[in-house]
Amino acid sequence: MNFNATLIGQMITFGLLVLFTMKYVWPPIIQAMQDRQKRIADGLASAERGMREQELAKAKAAQMLKEAKQQAAEIIAQAQKRANEAIEQSKLEARAEGDRQLVVAKAEIEQEVNRAREQLRSQVISLAVAGASKVLKREVDEAANAALLDDLVAQL
Amino acid sequence: MSETGHSATGYIVHHLTNLRFDLTQMKFLHGEETGGFGVVHLDTMIFSIALGSLFLWLFMKAAKSATSGVPGPLQNFCEIMVEFVDTQVKDSFHGRNPVIAPLALTIFIWVFLWNTMDLIPVDLLPAIASVFGIPYLRTVPSTDLNSTFGLSISVLLLLYYYSFKVKGPVHFSMEILTHPFGVWLMPFNLLLRIVEDLAKPISLGLRLFGNLYAGELIFILIALLPWWLQFVLGWPWAVFHILVITLQAFIFMVLTIVYLSMAHEDH
Repeated sequence: MNFNATLIGQMITFGLLVLFTMKYVWPPIIQAMQDRQKRIADGLASAERGMREQELAKAKAAQMLKEAKQQAAEIIAQAQKRANEAIEQSKLEARAEGDRQLVVAKAEIEQEVNRAREQLRSQVISLAVAGASKVLKREVDEAANAALLDDLVAQL
Repeated sequence: MSETGHSATGYIVHHLTNLRFDLTQMKFLHGEETGGFGVVHLDTMIFSIALGSLFLWLFMKAAKSATSGVPGPLQNFCEIMVEFVDTQVKDSFHGRNPVIAPLALTIFIWVFLWNTMDLIPVDLLPAIASVFGIPYLRTVPSTDLNSTFGLSISVLLLLYYYSFKVKGPVHFSMEILTHPFGVWLMPFNLLLRIVEDLAKPISLGLRLFGNLYAGELIFILIALLPWWLQFVLGWPWAVFHILVITLQAFIFMVLTIVYLSMAHEDH
């Protein structure tokens, strides 16, 4: 149980073991562990990021859907409005056309009336002249009485 | 069991005798012969070097194929050990020193392997050795004072090396001379420091040695019982020893870390 050269031998052995552990054992294992830790952390971070991105995409899709619906509604509303407008327009046009035709018809009627009146007037003149000539049974200067007769006709 | 013709005392003494080789006379020592400092315990040396090589082989194998991907069983085991030691070092040592963590790992595994030799039946390896003509064999390096003190003195040397390196000779001398009682009690401070620093390797070395020596002695005593009775005491003692060998390796490692962290810290 004496101290002897074994002590020195053990110290040297210990020193060599520590040296080897320091150089060849510790760094690769610690490195691998740190790398794995980093990879796991990265994986978790990217998973988190993916989830966030998915959430964003979902929100974006919902937003787009909403916009599309809104647009469709707008288009339908516009189309309805335009249809209404077209109906109104055609109504107006129809009314205008009707009015115009009415005016034309009225004018024609007026013309007819006038023409009939003229005819009637001329017939009345000749009737009157014939009547008068029959009454007088004499020759009458037609030219001298014409002004008188015209006056008579105008009063009709 | 003891060999025929040996008394119980002879059996115990035989089991507690190292395989000694005197380097000064270049011959093996037998029986009561004693040598000076030139004697080397071949069994202690061979077993501790073999166990150290086993440790290095295992861990270097894991380190060489270390991957940051899915680790294999060996790498997993080594990583658990490395992480365990790393946590201990980070808990008690706050400086930056690339030596301390590998040093602690080496101490923990090596001492643990030394101690584990205690669980091998006490007669097995010596009996095999005697077949090959080797008269003495002690298989547990930590029951050899030279081993435990080899470690603890190395730790003390490292303690002084880092004290000098980190604090510088002036600061370190000041610390030795003026702590803890101030500059006026210089001799007393110095004396206290000497006692303190002597106590470190002695307590480290003796604690490990004492625990394992006692354990081995109990195993030898149990081996003296009749064969049908041995397991009654041997089994509980071996189970209890699993705790002891781990605990002693752990204590040695933690105290080493604490001592070395003291070398890095200002008082």
